[in-house]
Order: sequence, then C-alpha cells, then structure tokens
Amino acid sequence: MAEVLIPIIKISVIVFGFVMAVASLMTLLGDRKQSAKIQNRIGPNQAKFFGFSLMGIPHFIADGIKMILKENITPAGSNKFLHTIAPGLVFMPALIGWAVVPFMDFYCTGTVQTLPDQNYTEICVGGEWKNYFSIMHMNSGLLFAFAIAAISVYGAAIAGWASNSKFSLLGGLRSSAQMISYEVSMALSLGGVLMIYGTLNLNEMVRMQGNMFGDWLPMWGIVVQPLAFFLFFLAGLAETKRAPFDLPEDEPVIVAGYITEYSSMKFAMMQLAEYAATVFIAALIAVIFLGGWQMPYVYADGIHFLGNHWTPFGEEAWYWISIFLRIGAMVFKILFLVWLQFMMRWTLPRFRYDQVMTLGWKILLPLSIANLFVTAFILMIL
Amino acid sequence: MVLADYIPLILLTLMAFGVVVVIISLAQFFGPKNPTPEKMMPYESGSNPIGEPHGMRFSVKFYMVAISFILFDLETIFVIPWAMSWQDSNALGHGFYSFSVMAIFLTILTIGLVYEWSQGGLEWD
Repeated sequence: MAEVLIPIIKISVIVFGFVMAVASLMTLLGDRKQSAKIQNRIGPNQAKFFGFSLMGIPHFIADGIKMILKENITPAGSNKFLHTIAPGLVFMPALIGWAVVPFMDFYCTGTVQTLPDQNYTEICVGGEWKNYFSIMHMNSGLLFAFAIAAISVYGAAIAGWASNSKFSLLGGLRSSAQMISYEVSMALSLGGVLMIYGTLNLNEMVRMQGNMFGDWLPMWGIVVQPLAFFLFFLAGLAETKRAPFDLPEDEPVIVAGYITEYSSMKFAMMQLAEYAATVFIAALIAVIFLGGWQMPYVYADGIHFLGNHWTPFGEEAWYWISIFLRIGAMVFKILFLVWLQFMMRWTLPRFRYDQVMTLGWKILLPLSIANLFVTAFILMIL
Repeated sequence: MVLADYIPLILLTLMAFGVVVVIISLAQFFGPKNPTPEKMMPYESGSNPIGEPHGMRFSVKFYMVAISFILFDLETIFVIPWAMSWQDSNALGHGFYSFSVMAIFLTILTIGLVYEWSQGGLEWD
C-alpha cells in the first residue's frame, strides 16, 4: 500500500500542487500582469476575491470557470477523435516529465556527513537514503525527460492536421519543424555536460554540483559549461515556443497557429500545457546548469566556506533547515528562470521563420558540436 | 531497477490522463451546445473556406528539416552513451582512443552538415 500511497502524495504535491499552481499563476502574474506593466497598461484587475483584487490572482480561477462554461467547438470536416486527443498529447508530457525532477536530495534517516576532501560528497551514516522529494529516482532520467518532452511534437502536429483549417495546418507544420530543429542542438549541447557528470540521473547530477573549485566557487553546470548553458537555454526557449520563437502562434501571419480552431477547455489545456512546458524547461535548466537544489556553501551538516565548517542551531535542527533552504533554492531557481523567459517574451520582437531556422541549424547546431569537441579535447588533455 | 520502481511513473501517467479526461468532459458537460453552420466553419478570416486544407501543398523545406532531424538526432543517440562512458574509458587509459573515435564520427557528420548547407538544404527564402 505504501508504495502506491507515497507516490500519489508526491505526485499530488509536486505536479498538481506546485507545477499547475506555478503554471497558472505565471499565466497571470508573469504573463498578463507583467506584460501590462511593461506596456504601461493596468492589466487584469476586475475579478475580486471578497472585494480584494489581489494583483489579479482571482482572474485565473475566473478564467477557468469561464472556459468550462464555453461551447466546445469541433469545426466541420475535422477529425473529431484526433482533434480531441491532441490537447491531451500536448498536456500529458508536460506533466509526466516531472517524474524525474528532484526537488531535494534523498532524506537520510541517520546523520548526514559532508566530506570536503572528497568533492563535498554527502554520506548517510547510521541510516539509509529515502526518496521523499522526487517522484522517481530514474537512472536514465535525462533521456526520459527528453523522450517525454518530444511527444508534445505529435500533439502540435496532430492538432494542426485534425482542425481542417489552413492556418492550423501551417501552425502545426511550423511548430513541429521548429521543435525538432531545436531538439537536436538541445541534446547535443548536453554532450559536454554529460562528459563531466558521467550520469543521466538528475539527482546524481545535482549532487555532483555540490562540489566546489578552491572551496569557494560552486561547480555548477553554468561554471563548467557556460556555452552549453547558453545553447540549452536558447533551444529550450524555442522548444517551448516562447517568444522570440513563438512563430507557431504568429498572430499577424497565421492567426493562432495550431490552436486556431480550439475553444473552451481544450484551448485552456493547450495554453496551460505551454506554460507547464515552460516551467519544466526551467526546472531542467535549473537541475543541469544551476545546481538544482544545491545552495552555495549550504550543506546538510552545516555551512562550508573556504575550508571552514560550522553548524548553526545544532545538527538535528540544521538538517531540517537545510532541507527547507534547498527546496526553497530549487523553487526559487525555477521561478527565476520562468520569470526570465517571460521577460524575454515581452522584451524581444519576434523572429522571422527563416531566421529561426537559420539560428537553429546554422548557429546553434555547429556551436553545440564545437562545444562537444572542445570539451572532449580539454578533458582529454587534463 | 525492477518493475516495481516504475509504479510512480504509471501512477503519474494515469493521473495525468485522468486530469485530461476530466477537463475535457467538464467542458463537454457544462458548455452550451447550439452549433450553427457559421460557427462550425473553419476559420479563414471570416470568409467561406476555399479548398480543402488536407490537400493543400506546403513547402518541401519541411521535409528537408525532418530528414536532417533524423540524421542529427541519430547522431545525438550515438553521442550521449559515448559522453556517458567517457569518464570510465578515460580512467582505464583509453581516453585518446575514445576521443579520436568520436572525433572521426563527428567530423563525418560535420562534413554532412557543411555539404547540406552548401547545397542549400538549410536555406529558407
């Protein structure tokens, strides 16, 4: 029973408590309210919760209710089955990918010790590691995340094809071509990172980033692979179809791309899936390049800085404080990256489609191959 | 890993599927249903649709992108296991061998990319 109950609790908290809440709040605060501020408008402020507008937060509940009460239209001549499953095919991968994202290291039932002379490895003395803070501990975590994220290409293509509308078809073609183009450089840019970490398990990856150069510089992915971070971030922006890469939803040219013919909750699901994918990419970037749940100098058995070590509040209390600090660090990194993506959306103008393709194939792909080459060469010489 | 370790994944898939089904049926249940021919018409800037989108021709460039994707995605499929096992082979003293094998592989693929580029396969005009 426990092996079913614990995952259900973890899934409810992580996916439905955190991801969906962040995705829908970000829709509102990050996107609508912030865009209003950037464009010198007021933004949503009419929906009120007991007379308080709360920065427009009640709007996302109001929007949801309104969407449910709208008519669900499948256009004439469309393939009803494919038209209905396409939002699911976009929505489900955005949730399933979270199975491998670690929000915190394993919980140790004994005492944790950090070994500064052994790359700051943390060992559990007199107890065992319990996986309470990620849904799954999967050895092929990164490959799984990529495989699942790639499924949403089918959703977009099917949505475009099944709608029986020319704009939808063009949008579906555009989005699938764009997503597969950037997937190549996205995966290749990780080659160098994988050479350094030597593991696909996301939690092991984060553990390795607890190591420090000269006891003061955290060995995060962005420090050891700055170019790969840049490439992965750009490719991630394009993967989630955020501006400046939102060509599939190029309003002046192809109306709303593959979601032109969607209405009611199916439309809401398409939108929500896009935001959930944004949060997912932010989590992947945070885990691979920004140290995941690692906080600089904060370890499970106290603070290590320049070879010094002290434990505030005693060992027992500090372990719990470090757990909360680390979960907070992970959440903060995700929120920061999501915010950054929204900032870019409202700051940069949209590319042309040929520019997007040129960037993907002629700039990012050669750069990621070169990055892999140079990393391998440097690692071989060292 | 044994099969029982994948229970959380199965549960997550089921729950995500359940959410999708619930959301779609909520809208189907609560939403009004009074379709009119104009409402069901595929959107084409307000005028009557001309022709069938499924027979519509689109640029052959999309096929080029798909073919290039298959090539370079295969490349990443070879690169990722190699990158994963790099540290092991380096520790065994096969670092230079491992590097040169992958260097030859990557060089051939880079030549392929340069060839496609020079033939105009990556041009969108």
